[in-house]
Amino acid sequence: MSRRIVGVLCCLLLVLSAAPTMAKDLQVGFVYVSPIGDAGWSYAHDQGRLYIDKLDGVTTSYVEAVPEGPDSERVMLNMARKNYDLIFATSFGYMDPMLKVAKKFPKTTFMHCSGYKTADNMGNYFGRMYQARYLSGMVAGSMTKSNILGYAAAFPIPEVIRGINAFTLGAQAVNPDVQVRVVWTKTWYDPATEKEAAKSLLDVGADVIAQHQDSPGPQEAAQEKGVYSIGYNSDMSSFAPKSHLCAPVWNWGPYYKEVVDAVRAGTFKPEAVWFGMEHGIVDLSPMSDMVPADVQKAVLAKKEAITSGQAKIFVGPIKDQAGKERVPAGQTADDGALLGMDYFIQGVIGTTE
Amino acid sequence: MNAELIIPLLAAAIQSGTPILYATLGEILTEKAGVLNLGVEGMMITGALAAFVTAQVTGHPALAFLMAGLVGAVVGGIHALVCLWFLGNQVVSGLALTIFGLGLADYLGTPLIGQTAPGFDKLALPLVHGIPVLGPIVFQQDILVYTAIIMVPLVWFFLEKCRWGLNLRAVGEHPEAAAAAGINVLRYRWIGILGGGCLAGFGGAYLSLAYTHLWTSNLTGGRGWIAVALVIFAFWRPGRALLGAYLFGGVMAFQLRLQAVGTHLPSSLLLMLPYFLTVLVLVFSSWKSRQTDAPAALGVNFEPND
Repeated sequence: MSRRIVGVLCCLLLVLSAAPTMAKDLQVGFVYVSPIGDAGWSYAHDQGRLYIDKLDGVTTSYVEAVPEGPDSERVMLNMARKNYDLIFATSFGYMDPMLKVAKKFPKTTFMHCSGYKTADNMGNYFGRMYQARYLSGMVAGSMTKSNILGYAAAFPIPEVIRGINAFTLGAQAVNPDVQVRVVWTKTWYDPATEKEAAKSLLDVGADVIAQHQDSPGPQEAAQEKGVYSIGYNSDMSSFAPKSHLCAPVWNWGPYYKEVVDAVRAGTFKPEAVWFGMEHGIVDLSPMSDMVPADVQKAVLAKKEAITSGQAKIFVGPIKDQAGKERVPAGQTADDGALLGMDYFIQGVIGTTE
Repeated sequence: MNAELIIPLLAAAIQSGTPILYATLGEILTEKAGVLNLGVEGMMITGALAAFVTAQVTGHPALAFLMAGLVGAVVGGIHALVCLWFLGNQVVSGLALTIFGLGLADYLGTPLIGQTAPGFDKLALPLVHGIPVLGPIVFQQDILVYTAIIMVPLVWFFLEKCRWGLNLRAVGEHPEAAAAAGINVLRYRWIGILGGGCLAGFGGAYLSLAYTHLWTSNLTGGRGWIAVALVIFAFWRPGRALLGAYLFGGVMAFQLRLQAVGTHLPSSLLLMLPYFLTVLVLVFSSWKSRQTDAPAALGVNFEPND
C-alpha cells in the first residue's frame, strides 16, 4: 500500500518537475548595491530590468542594497542555485565574488558592470559616461556667469576623474576662461554631506553645480541658492525644477535586451564591452527650457558627432594641472589611458588624492 | 580666507552642529539622572524617519517635528524598561537600541529613499537678521536652529534652578540618599531617559526636515555617537554642549570648504578631521577629568527596596 503511494508521488514529482522545463522562462537576476528608489545608479539599472521584464518569456527578480564582498557572493550563489539563467551584478566590488560563483555554475551566464575580469561564462560591460559628461560641460560652460563651475564628486577613482576631465573639456570648448572646482565627499549616497559639499562650492562662487554621486542633495543646494545644476544617473529635474539644466544619464534597457537575446540564442560571448553614445547606453537627458536654443543646438550637434564617431573627447593637446603634456597634439587618448586616468587636466582646481 | 567665506562657513557650522546639539542636550539630561544611554544614534534615526513620514503624510513640518520627539521618547522607553524595570546592563541595552533603531529605520524607510518631504525653510528673524556678521551667521537660519538654541538655557535652568532638576541630579549622584530623602528614583530616571529620547528624536528630525528634505538609510551617519562623546567634552554642561556641537559642525563644514577653495591637501586627510577631533576631545576630557560634573552614579542601576 505504502509502496504504491510512494510510486504515485514519484510520478507526480516527475511530471511536476518536467512540466515547467518545457516552456521555461529565461530567469534573470539583478544584484544592486543600493536601494532602487534612489533616482541614481541602481534606479537606472532597474529601469533596464523593467525593460527586459516586458519581453515574452523573461522573468526577472532583483536583490537591492547588497553590500559588496561576502554578502554579494551569497546572494549570487542563491540565484545560481535556483537555476537562474542570467545574472547581472552592477557594482565594481561584486567582481571577484561573481567570478567565484561563475566558476561553480558553468551553465549560468554572468554579467558584471564596471569591472575588468571575464570568464568562460562571465562578461563585463560599462558605458562611456564621459561622452555625456562632456556635453553637460558644454551646457554648464555656456550658462555660467562667474566662470566657476562646482563639481561634487564621490571618490578619486579613474571613472570619476575621467568624468570631471571630460566635463571640464566640454566647458572649456565653449568658454575658455572657465574653471572647475572639485570637492570630494567620499560617499555615493549621503544627501546631507553631498548637499553640504555643493554649498561649499557655492560659497566660493560656483554658479553651476555638477555631481557624481547618486543623491539629489547637490541639486537641492543649487535650487536653494537660485543657481543652476547638472544631475547624474537619471533625470533629476523633479528634485530641483528651477535649477536642473540637464543630466548625463544611463540607459541600460536596449543593451540588456541584447544580452538576453544572445543568451537565448546560445550566441553569448564573454567579452569586455565599453559602449558609448553610439550604443545608446549613455545619453544626455532633455535640456531644460532655461538653456538657450543656440546652446541646445550646439550641444545636440556635438552629440550627433560623438554618436557617429566623428568626434572624440580626449583629443590632444591635453595637459595636466602641473602643465605636463598627457595627450600629444593631434592624438586621441586610447582606452588604456582613459581607464587608468589619475590626473586632473588644466582648468580643474582640486586634488586627485 | 576672507569674510565672504568665513560667514557662510560659520552659518554652516551652526547648521550642521544643530542635530548634534539636540542629541547632546538629550544625553546630558539622561546621564544627569544616572543613566548611560548609548542608543542616541538609534533614537535619532527613528525620530528622523518618523518626522519624514509624518511630514509626507500630513504636510505639516511642525507636527512632524513633535512626532519625532514622541517616537524618540518611545524608543528611549525601551531602554528605560530594560534598565529600570528589568535592571539590565545599560551599556548592552544602549548598544542594542542603536542597532535596533538603525535596522528598523532601514527596514521601514527603504521604500522612501529618493522621495522628498516638506520641511522647514530658512526663516530670517525680523530686526536682528540685518546685524552685520552676526545676522547672516545666526539669525538667517531655520526655526529648528532657534529652538535648539533656546533649549540650551531651558535645560540648564531645569537642571540647576528647578526643584525637579535638582531631584533628577540627586538621583544621578546618589540614588540611595535620594531615595532616603523621599525622592522616587525610578520616576526621575524615567523622566531623564524619555526626555533624552525626545531631544534625540528632535535632532534626527532636523536632519530629515531642515538639513535635507530627503530620506536615506543611515541618514544620521554616526552623529549620535559624536553626541555621546560631546557630553564628556561638555562636562555635562548645556552651555559647553552648544560650543562643542557648533565646533564639530564647523569642522565638518570646514573640510569641504578647504577643498572648494582649492587647497592641495589630500582630501582623505581633511575628511579625517571630525573623527580626529573626537579622539582629541576624549583624550582632553579624561585628562581634565577631575573638574568634570560627571554624575557619580552614572551607569549604575538602582534597585528600590520594596
